[in-house]
Amino acid sequence: MSALNIKKGSTSHSAYDLRSALSEVEESHTLAVIVENEPGVLARVIGLFSGRGYNIDSLTVAEVDHTGHRSRITIVTRGTPAVIDQIEAQLSRMVPVHAVQDLTAEGPSVQRELALVKVAGRGDHRIEALRLAEIFRANVVDSTLESFVFEMTGTPEKIDAFAELMRPLGLVEIARTGVAGLKRGA
Amino acid sequence: MTKQMTGARMVIQALKDQGVEVVFGYPGGAVLPIYDEIFQQNDIRHVLVRHEQGAVHMAEGYARSTGKPGVALVTSGPGATNAVTGLTDALMDSIPIVVLTGQVPTFMIGTDGFQEADTVGITRPCTKMNWLVKDTAKLAETIHQAFHVATHGRPGPVLVDIPKDVQFATADYVPAEKARVTHYQPRTEGDPDRIAQLVELMEHAERPIFYTGGGVVNSGPRASQLLRELVAETNFPITSTLMGLGSYPASGKNWVGMLGMHGLYEANLAMHGCDLMINIGARFDDRITGRVKDFSPKSKKAHVDIDPSSINKVIHVDVPIVGDVTKVLEEVLRQWRARGSKTDQRGLASWWKQIDDWRAVKCLTYKPSTTTIKPQYALERLEALTKGRDRYITTEVGQHQMWAAQFLGFEDPNRWMTSGGLGTMGYGLPASIGVQVAHPEALVINVAGEASWLMNMQEMGTAMQFRAPVKQFILNNERLGMVRQWQELLHGERYSSSWSESLPDFVKLAEAFGCKGIQCSDPKHLDDAILEMLDYDGPVIFDCRVEKHENCFPMIPSGKPHNEMLLSADAEAFRSGAVLV
Repeated sequence: MSALNIKKGSTSHSAYDLRSALSEVEESHTLAVIVENEPGVLARVIGLFSGRGYNIDSLTVAEVDHTGHRSRITIVTRGTPAVIDQIEAQLSRMVPVHAVQDLTAEGPSVQRELALVKVAGRGDHRIEALRLAEIFRANVVDSTLESFVFEMTGTPEKIDAFAELMRPLGLVEIARTGVAGLKRGA
Repeated sequence: MTKQMTGARMVIQALKDQGVEVVFGYPGGAVLPIYDEIFQQNDIRHVLVRHEQGAVHMAEGYARSTGKPGVALVTSGPGATNAVTGLTDALMDSIPIVVLTGQVPTFMIGTDGFQEADTVGITRPCTKMNWLVKDTAKLAETIHQAFHVATHGRPGPVLVDIPKDVQFATADYVPAEKARVTHYQPRTEGDPDRIAQLVELMEHAERPIFYTGGGVVNSGPRASQLLRELVAETNFPITSTLMGLGSYPASGKNWVGMLGMHGLYEANLAMHGCDLMINIGARFDDRITGRVKDFSPKSKKAHVDIDPSSINKVIHVDVPIVGDVTKVLEEVLRQWRARGSKTDQRGLASWWKQIDDWRAVKCLTYKPSTTTIKPQYALERLEALTKGRDRYITTEVGQHQMWAAQFLGFEDPNRWMTSGGLGTMGYGLPASIGVQVAHPEALVINVAGEASWLMNMQEMGTAMQFRAPVKQFILNNERLGMVRQWQELLHGERYSSSWSESLPDFVKLAEAFGCKGIQCSDPKHLDDAILEMLDYDGPVIFDCRVEKHENCFPMIPSGKPHNEMLLSADAEAFRSGAVLV
């Protein structure tokens, strides 16, 4: 999906110019947004994304400062550099937003996601799943004679890779939290 | 010392503390306690509207013409949903208004109660900020915050939703000076280093232009004063968007007229050909830029805006300056004077010569008529007969709006109220009432088209009840003129639903409302008819029967660059497809 949902090559038989001015390559960025934890604040942030045609690849949110009532929303989004800048500016000007960090642009960061992966199978498949889980440092958090639920944390890519390996071994379903991230260093 | 009072009384007290003198509103079940308080005091005047959309546009007209926030009060459910168009209009044009809505009692929220709507949900994308207040103890503080947010940074509409039980309950009143006004403190000072870059560019520019917008008006009268000083000291040409008209006087010698889709030839070509564009409080709207790829291809661009998200949103700029126009212009002038800056005199002289050549095209020329009133002629006469008076103009949306912008001259800011961003038909009549309420002695004229005007004509009742002598100057072509124009030029003359087959008799309509109706269809009688309108002490509906098929030129077809502008003489060729590639 193009970042602005604009069809190219449209004619001027319209009250609007439908040709996209932005032809640069899309990048993935992780944004950390510190907000006032008040009713509707998440809807406000998400509404900005849907209303202006931006993408959300993943989203996590939780209150991180109980006394100051601050929540941290971590959003993984995609867009051309101009669109990413625009998203940051649009977020920053919202009244309940205290700060916006672009973890991708502002130097190195740590990004982690938690996943629960259910795999069902017997025999060799079951043994292979367990062996791979060990390599990926996934823990077994539930087990029956015919299934495992693995818990793992890592980058989204690592989880993707693990899920891909589990597919032929009997992947049933997967639950993911979305990315949480922090800047590296003090 | 804190004072205990009910939520309903708090609303009135908070409005008084905020200096509010007038509220535009409409009562209903969920705001009855507040109306009961309004009844028992005399400090705040309530103007009863006929439809909640009218209340919000009146608040907008009030705000735009005074620089103070406008206030509207409506009930829950349909009261709130009817306010949505006005809120969106105010958001697009950065108009500070505070809308208070009633809500069903807190214990009923979510039960689909009578006249319940998710007001904060519905209005979240069309307000700068909104609040649902569930606790009377927080009500006063929230209203103070609402005024703070509406008027600080880029102004805009805010909404406070107040459930009925919160209005009845009692709590301590929090006065304005004790209210926690959130962390919301947008930056207003421009970066001096960036301003230094701009000043240096100005010293070397050969073909500069100021491109100013509604941000200058919003920043206050001092911004216009500073702008005039800067233009005088640099002798640069200046153009403005629809929203910015009046911040530099139309009679000023550096004025090159409005730019944009229906802007002046000289203004648009100067934008296209400039080597330095100084955008002050405008936002590169699509009606301004035309085809973005070819927008002013050879210029360095500076952009002054209080909203960081306006910068680089549409057009990439070389010198972004985030700040309030007044503060930035103060610093620009300070640096300009401190450096003893000089402009490139030779470059400027040939630039002005070029602009004069473009002016000589006389792009507003139209074919005059002795038998029918040309809409342009009607506005020329209105201008001639009202010039120099204490005059405020509002408009509806369409051809008449563009002609008004082209043919009326604005000497000061806050004198021109029009729906720019949202393009709301039905804006002008209620807005004119809001302006008149704020300026009871002034001449307030709504330049309208008959189709737009009908959208909120019920507000004539408000004008009558509150003795607002607004003049409704309707250019009646029995068509949706701008739609018709596009259909003629771009849709093979297939006039799909752009003809109003059954229009009211506007003179009888005026009589029905109890005001004066005037009809004129002969250019020879037009001056007398306009004078009759101006002399009448009360509201007037003026049915000005104009040429039905007139098109508004110049015009930049959308998706075209500024230098592919159509003048009236080109229209024939354009229609036959010779210009449209």
